[in-house]
Amino acid sequence: MTRVGVVTVPGSLDDRDAQRAVRLAGGEPVPLWHGAHDLDGVAAVVLPGGFSYGDYLRCGAIAAHSPIMSEVIAAAERGMPVLGICNGFQILVEAHLLPGGLVANDHGAFLCRDQVLRVENTSTAWTSLYEPGQHITVPLKNGEGGYIADAATLERLEGEGLVAFRYAGINPNGSANDIAGLTNPAGNIVGLMPHPEHATEPGFGPDTDAAMRSGTDGLALFRSALERVLA
Amino acid sequence: MPVIVVEVMPKAELLDPAGKAVAGALAKQGRAHFSQVRIGKRFELTVDEVTEATLDEARELADDLLSNGVIEDVLRIYSAAAPLDPPA
Repeated sequence: MTRVGVVTVPGSLDDRDAQRAVRLAGGEPVPLWHGAHDLDGVAAVVLPGGFSYGDYLRCGAIAAHSPIMSEVIAAAERGMPVLGICNGFQILVEAHLLPGGLVANDHGAFLCRDQVLRVENTSTAWTSLYEPGQHITVPLKNGEGGYIADAATLERLEGEGLVAFRYAGINPNGSANDIAGLTNPAGNIVGLMPHPEHATEPGFGPDTDAAMRSGTDGLALFRSALERVLA
Repeated sequence: MPVIVVEVMPKAELLDPAGKAVAGALAKQGRAHFSQVRIGKRFELTVDEVTEATLDEARELADDLLSNGVIEDVLRIYSAAAPLDPPA
C-alpha cells in the first residue's frame, strides 16, 4: 500500500483528519514528527492544518524551519508530491516552496464555512482526477487566509497556470485574484487554504443537495496523489 | 545585558486588521484625528556583547526568520545597552 506521510508539528490540528483522508483514499498514512530528519520512506507528504507553534511570529514561520522541513523541501525539489492544507499552505509559502504570503482575512474575523472552489489546474499531482473548471465544496476555516503577492508574481502565477484552486461564488477573505490554492511549475507541490480532508467521508462532510454532510469532494485530491505515485 | 533590536512593520500597502481595530476604537472615543493606526513588532535579541558579527547575524535573521519580505518590512536594526532602552 502506498505510504503517505502526514507531518505533525506542535500545534497541528488536522493531522488525524489528514491521515484518515489518506486511508479513505486507499493509502497508508504514516505519521511524521517535526523533530525528525527522516521521511520514513513515504511516497508523498501532507502538511496538515492547525496553528503550529501557536501561529507566533507568523503563521507557519517557525514550523517552516523545523528539522523535518529540510527533508520535505529536498523531497519536494526531487518531485515528491507535497500537499499543504491551511496552516500547511502557510508553511509552504514560509518555506519558499510556493510564492506569496497569507495575511489576516480582510474582514478581520475567523471564518468557518463550506466553500465552493473552482479547480483551475488539473495537471498537478493532487488534482488530476478533477475535471478542468469543476466546482467542489470543501470546508474553509481560518483567520489568516488572505493570499497576497506582488503584481509581477500574480502575473506569473496566472500566466503559467499555477493557480490550482480559485474561490467561486464569493471571495471569503480578500485573497488576490480569488486565489484559494497554488501549485509549483512541476505540479508536485500544491497548497490551499480550504480543507479537502474534511470532505472525504459521507456523514462527515459538507451538506450537498442529496443529503446532509454527504459531501466528499475532497477525496479526489488524495486519490490523485496516490494514482500519481503509482503511475 | 546588551540587546540587538529588530523592528518589523507590516507593509504599508497591506491591510493591518489589528491596527484597523484600534483605529476604530479611537474613533469611537472621538479621537478620529488619529486617522490610522498600524501595529508592528519589536524583537529584542539579548547577547553577551554586541559585535559586528552578531549584528550581521541579526540582520540575516531579520530577513530570514523574524520577518517575511512578502508581507513585512524590517525598519531598523540597532543595538541598545539593555532591553527597553530607547534607540541610541
